[in-house]
Amino acid sequence: MANQGVDRGRRRFLVAATTVVGGAGVVALALPFVASLQPSARAQAAGAPVEVNVAQIEPGQRISVSWRGRPIWVVRRTPEMLDLLPGIRDRLRDPDSDVATQQPEYAQNPHRSIDPEILVLIGLCTHLGCSPAFRPEVGALDDDWAGGWFCGCHGSRFDMAGRVYRNMPAALNLEVPPHHYLSDNVIVVGEHAEGGTA
Amino acid sequence: MAGNTADKIQGGVLGWVDARFPLSQLWNEHLAQYYAPKNFNFWYYFGSLALLVLVIQIVTGIFLTMFFKPDAELAFASVEYIMRDVEWGWLIRYMHSTGASFFFVVVYLHMFRALLYGSYKKPRELIWIFGVLIYIVLMAEAFAGYLLPWGQMSYWGAQVIVNLFATIPYIGPELVTWIRGDFLLSDATLTRFFALHVIALPLVLLLLIVAHIIALHEVGSNNPDGVEIKANKDENGIPRDGIRFHPYYTVKDLVGVGVFLIAFFAVVFFAPEMGGLFLKPANMIPADPLVTPDLIPPVWYFTSFYSILRAVPDPFLGVVAMGAAVVVLFFVPWLDGNPVKSIRYRSFAHKLNLAVLVVTFVTLGYLGLQQVTTLYGELTLRFGVMYFLFFWLLWFHSRERSAVFSLVSFALLVGIYTFYDFTRFDPANAQLLMSAWLLPTAYLFVTMVVPVFARNLGRDRPVPERVTA
Repeated sequence: MANQGVDRGRRRFLVAATTVVGGAGVVALALPFVASLQPSARAQAAGAPVEVNVAQIEPGQRISVSWRGRPIWVVRRTPEMLDLLPGIRDRLRDPDSDVATQQPEYAQNPHRSIDPEILVLIGLCTHLGCSPAFRPEVGALDDDWAGGWFCGCHGSRFDMAGRVYRNMPAALNLEVPPHHYLSDNVIVVGEHAEGGTA
Repeated sequence: MAGNTADKIQGGVLGWVDARFPLSQLWNEHLAQYYAPKNFNFWYYFGSLALLVLVIQIVTGIFLTMFFKPDAELAFASVEYIMRDVEWGWLIRYMHSTGASFFFVVVYLHMFRALLYGSYKKPRELIWIFGVLIYIVLMAEAFAGYLLPWGQMSYWGAQVIVNLFATIPYIGPELVTWIRGDFLLSDATLTRFFALHVIALPLVLLLLIVAHIIALHEVGSNNPDGVEIKANKDENGIPRDGIRFHPYYTVKDLVGVGVFLIAFFAVVFFAPEMGGLFLKPANMIPADPLVTPDLIPPVWYFTSFYSILRAVPDPFLGVVAMGAAVVVLFFVPWLDGNPVKSIRYRSFAHKLNLAVLVVTFVTLGYLGLQQVTTLYGELTLRFGVMYFLFFWLLWFHSRERSAVFSLVSFALLVGIYTFYDFTRFDPANAQLLMSAWLLPTAYLFVTMVVPVFARNLGRDRPVPERVTA
């Protein structure tokens, strides 16, 4: 019969070939399972821009709206609030908004907004995504507090332009979402002025 | 008498089964003829109690699954339905939620027992490794389960933990989207956590527990004296200091079960929320993606590691430090090279080291539940450093160290964190910083430097030949 002697080279080749083909099969089978965990088509379709009317916001007041399920804050800052911004420069980690991912170009200025008064931010801490508490009163947290946001989760602090203080768990300023003015009092959050969504 | 021949039952139903499945053999190997050291003490209850809690969790979990709806729109209401409308639903749910906390109580005590008596040392390294894996899977299981009621704590706690992965450079944000299955924590996340919580993780947990016990029964149990009972066997090959697990320890453990159940149901009936430690008031509010509760501490059994995360001022390094605080446990069998297993015969310096670990772990756990203040932030950092120093000292006490090595390494360690203190020096908090500096320094001084000058404090004692009690 033919099973007298074993061709070891042939056996090794067959074992290796079977392993490679089988391994490729396992990887090919794993891909659909891994991919199924990604956002579904329905989840990707959600997330249209939202319009916000800012006429009703009192000076010093903050309103929250939802965009892509995330809180968006719109604040009308008082002149006193804006006056305090330059004075705390050296206590901030990124006072000039140098990290480009955290705001569109039109918000890369000392007040981080299009209209100096109206600040638009994504209300999630850049550390681990809690929604920080609005503490606009000067001196509310300690004597040096110039107003801003305090994240209760891990203690990160942000000023009235959403800029993060030094030595905080969060390393980045709060993100300014793409937005533009439809009219003097109506903001569209979720797309740039040209119309293309970010 | 006790050989295999006596156990071979030829006829009857048992004989029929044994010819087809090793039923008697399994019974004997793991219970009736598993010889455990005769000197087990109080600390040896917690392994079997962990199994009891596992059974409680599985049984109550099966029943909860019958009423719970894994849907972001319906989940919160279905939990209320269980609590209010399902007959005895409140009991089943409170047993499950209390069981989660008791699981960790029992597992922490079980792990501490291993540290006390050196149960992780050769030849039991794999038992310890399986144990740490069980602990990690248990944490994942508890975390996934905590999201299911879809309350404010569920939502924001999960938001924070899932976002830990976002700090990984380059792939982080994509990875988090993949984990959530959406651009925010949503229904997609809830359903997959449900699948993990009721099927995937429990299966892994069960397999690991089986591996843990098989490994244990292969090498035999350690004991409070750290003496290998297998080194001293009688003419039948049975350890002289061993007694059969069944009936001796099964009966002993039954007493433990009784006491445990009294404590367990006292909590279930009278304090199922445990003042916010086991169930938080904020979780009685449905999840709101736009509002974070003022304070969102994790459940108490995570807070020690959570503190370490918070102590580090860089997000990614914080996650790395927290991960390292868990992963370092895997290396304990190789860090502690001291041949003396039991704390009974270890040096004063080692005893103190273990005592400080307890204080450190509990303090970190307390701090993790609190709002961050300057004082607490500073303390968290110091105790976080001390947590890791424990493992260094575990290695350091592997044998008696020379005066030069002790003093040089002491100076080096203190130098490292003192240098860091200079880089973050803030005149406003100088006094706090300097007083807190004393904590790790005193710890290292007493455990490393003092034994150089009082040698008997750093010396282990001789281990007896046989167990003592």
